[in-house]
Amino acid sequence: MTVSAPAAPLVIEAGTGRLSVGFRDLWSYRELLYFLVWRDVKVRYKQTVLGAAWAILQPLLTALVFTLFFGRLAGIPSEGLPYPLFAYAGLLAWTFFAQGLTQSAASLVGSANLITKVYFPRLVIPLSSVFAGLVDLAVAFPVLGVFLLFYRHRPGPELLCFPAFLLLALLTVAGVGVWLAALNVEYRDVRYVVPFLVQLWLFLTPVIYPASAVVRQLERLGLPGWLVGINPMAGVVEGFRWSLLGAPSLTPGLLAVSVVTAAAVAVTGALYFRRVERSFADVV
Amino acid sequence: MSSDSLAIRAERLSKRYLLGERRRYRTLREALVSAARAPFRPGRTEPRETIWALRDVAFEIRHGEVVGVIGRNGAGKSTLLKILSRITEPTSGRAELYGRVGSLLEVGTGFHSELTGRENIYLSGAILGMHRAEIERKFDEIVAFAEVERFIDTPVKHYSSGMYLRLAFAVAAHLEPEILLVDEVLAVGDAEFQKRCLGKMSSVASEGRTVLFVSHNMGAVTSLCRRAIHLREGCVYEDGSSGRVVANYLAELLDGGDEDLARYRADGMGKEARIVAARLLPPDGRNVLFGDPLVVELAVEAEQALDGLSVGSSIFDVAGNCVGTLFTRETFSSAPGFRVRLNLRVAGLSLAPGLYQLGLSIGRGGQHSGRQDLDIVIGRPAFQVLPIASSDETVADWQRTWGSIVIRDCSLSVEGRERR
Repeated sequence: MTVSAPAAPLVIEAGTGRLSVGFRDLWSYRELLYFLVWRDVKVRYKQTVLGAAWAILQPLLTALVFTLFFGRLAGIPSEGLPYPLFAYAGLLAWTFFAQGLTQSAASLVGSANLITKVYFPRLVIPLSSVFAGLVDLAVAFPVLGVFLLFYRHRPGPELLCFPAFLLLALLTVAGVGVWLAALNVEYRDVRYVVPFLVQLWLFLTPVIYPASAVVRQLERLGLPGWLVGINPMAGVVEGFRWSLLGAPSLTPGLLAVSVVTAAAVAVTGALYFRRVERSFADVV
Repeated sequence: MSSDSLAIRAERLSKRYLLGERRRYRTLREALVSAARAPFRPGRTEPRETIWALRDVAFEIRHGEVVGVIGRNGAGKSTLLKILSRITEPTSGRAELYGRVGSLLEVGTGFHSELTGRENIYLSGAILGMHRAEIERKFDEIVAFAEVERFIDTPVKHYSSGMYLRLAFAVAAHLEPEILLVDEVLAVGDAEFQKRCLGKMSSVASEGRTVLFVSHNMGAVTSLCRRAIHLREGCVYEDGSSGRVVANYLAELLDGGDEDLARYRADGMGKEARIVAARLLPPDGRNVLFGDPLVVELAVEAEQALDGLSVGSSIFDVAGNCVGTLFTRETFSSAPGFRVRLNLRVAGLSLAPGLYQLGLSIGRGGQHSGRQDLDIVIGRPAFQVLPIASSDETVADWQRTWGSIVIRDCSLSVEGRERR
């Protein structure tokens, strides 16, 4: 056993009211985060026939349905891009968001046995659900390459910005996920709200249609087009399309607003989570 | 770490829990279900909305000390460990811990049945606070200790429960914290497993680490710990050498037969009819020889004339588990201004040597489900079953892990002998 210097003691007392996200504690438990992500990924497709193919099938089949109904039948514009390409790029971001949201919202309640038996920074739990979604995204990603080849569409230099949009997506999912996870501990209503929320949010997000269509409507009413960006997923989806496909409708204003709201949701979410996590073990 | 430096200091630690709606037991069955979870809590009257699980608990533990924490169910033992392991926050007060803390509140925390033994070692290790490099270093040792080499790449859902427990304990046992908090881990598993756990615990203790050990197993507490803390109703009742504290605790479980039964009454009970006295009939009121019938003298009072009253009774072991329940077929009636004296006689019950507590109820109506309880008292009288010294070797040396009933009515006969 290593002999440690008489370090400062671990002090346990009732909440002092000082709020922090607790990054340092979180960082020292990064290996746990890694193992939980790994467990989620490992277990998720156990005893399924198609296994990880589900990660591809979900956005792919959705893109197919969207193409048939919205692209063909409704004739929704797609910024001059082939509609399937347009839809799939948006759905990559959307599926990551919707899955991450659903999984992390349920994560704390699903880990009640851990929370009541052992200490670790509780944020690790919803975050691991969010990160596990990255693996699904990585699996579904190559299919986009197939689409690109099929439509002979070559990505431009914007592709270099893609990691930044991936980060924005992570921030958005983590922010909303952490809020819902914490709320779900006390109010199990969240369980019923989430599917509904995801459904509504899909229509509020430019996945089926381009953001430019809404921007035009807003401007006709005399409102600024960047209002669309208040929904951080608008920035994410448009950012995915711009960086991957060179779609033109991402405006700096919209992006800036999305970044700000995503950050605001994430920071408030983390702080709210930290404030209520003290009682998780007693309530869950 | 020098052996006399401080490891844990607790100052006025308190924890208040908010109760939901006040519970009323409609049936004995409900009361028993809840009693099995926390048998001695409903006995006290707590009509308030909050309950202090811990109240102003203070103690200091030095490095290298192995301290047992004992007390009835609901005395605050688990709450104390949960606060010290940072699972839940105290309502007020403060604790300081000097050194790396590891807590072991159940065996198999974080195990996932779909994952293999190997995968679970890493997962569970990480959850308990081990680093990856540390787990890798101890991996072979863990596998060897658990004796699961052949099945290490099999999902643990295919393990026998014994293998599962061994592996889970092995991971936890290889945590090397300076301060180890252990709760009732030894309550699971077979005798062999418990022996292993105790062995590992005593080796941990002899390595000079600090251990706080919650247990209902008084034998384990006295053999592993030099010091014990007796918690009672959330407060430190006694703190001192384990031999003395355990002896006083056991004596107290048996004593106090004249205590007011109201302390043991379930919430909202005892309105129309009440058990006003309950004691064991043998003259000293607390010891029963193994195999002898149990005779309880009861006194019941009622505000009105009631017909068809019957008695129900459950026997609880020292850990609060219900050993068995009876309902009498005979009935009696009450009248205002009269005290009914009853003798409840239980024979043919081979209760193993040890400490027990009775739960008593007065009810009327149907034999089981239709029965309406008028009074429920849980925790009194308490008694001790003493082994008969000479006649039966097995009973004299009865082990807790064999359960609470000595099955005596059994036989073995040779039905034939054939050449193979």
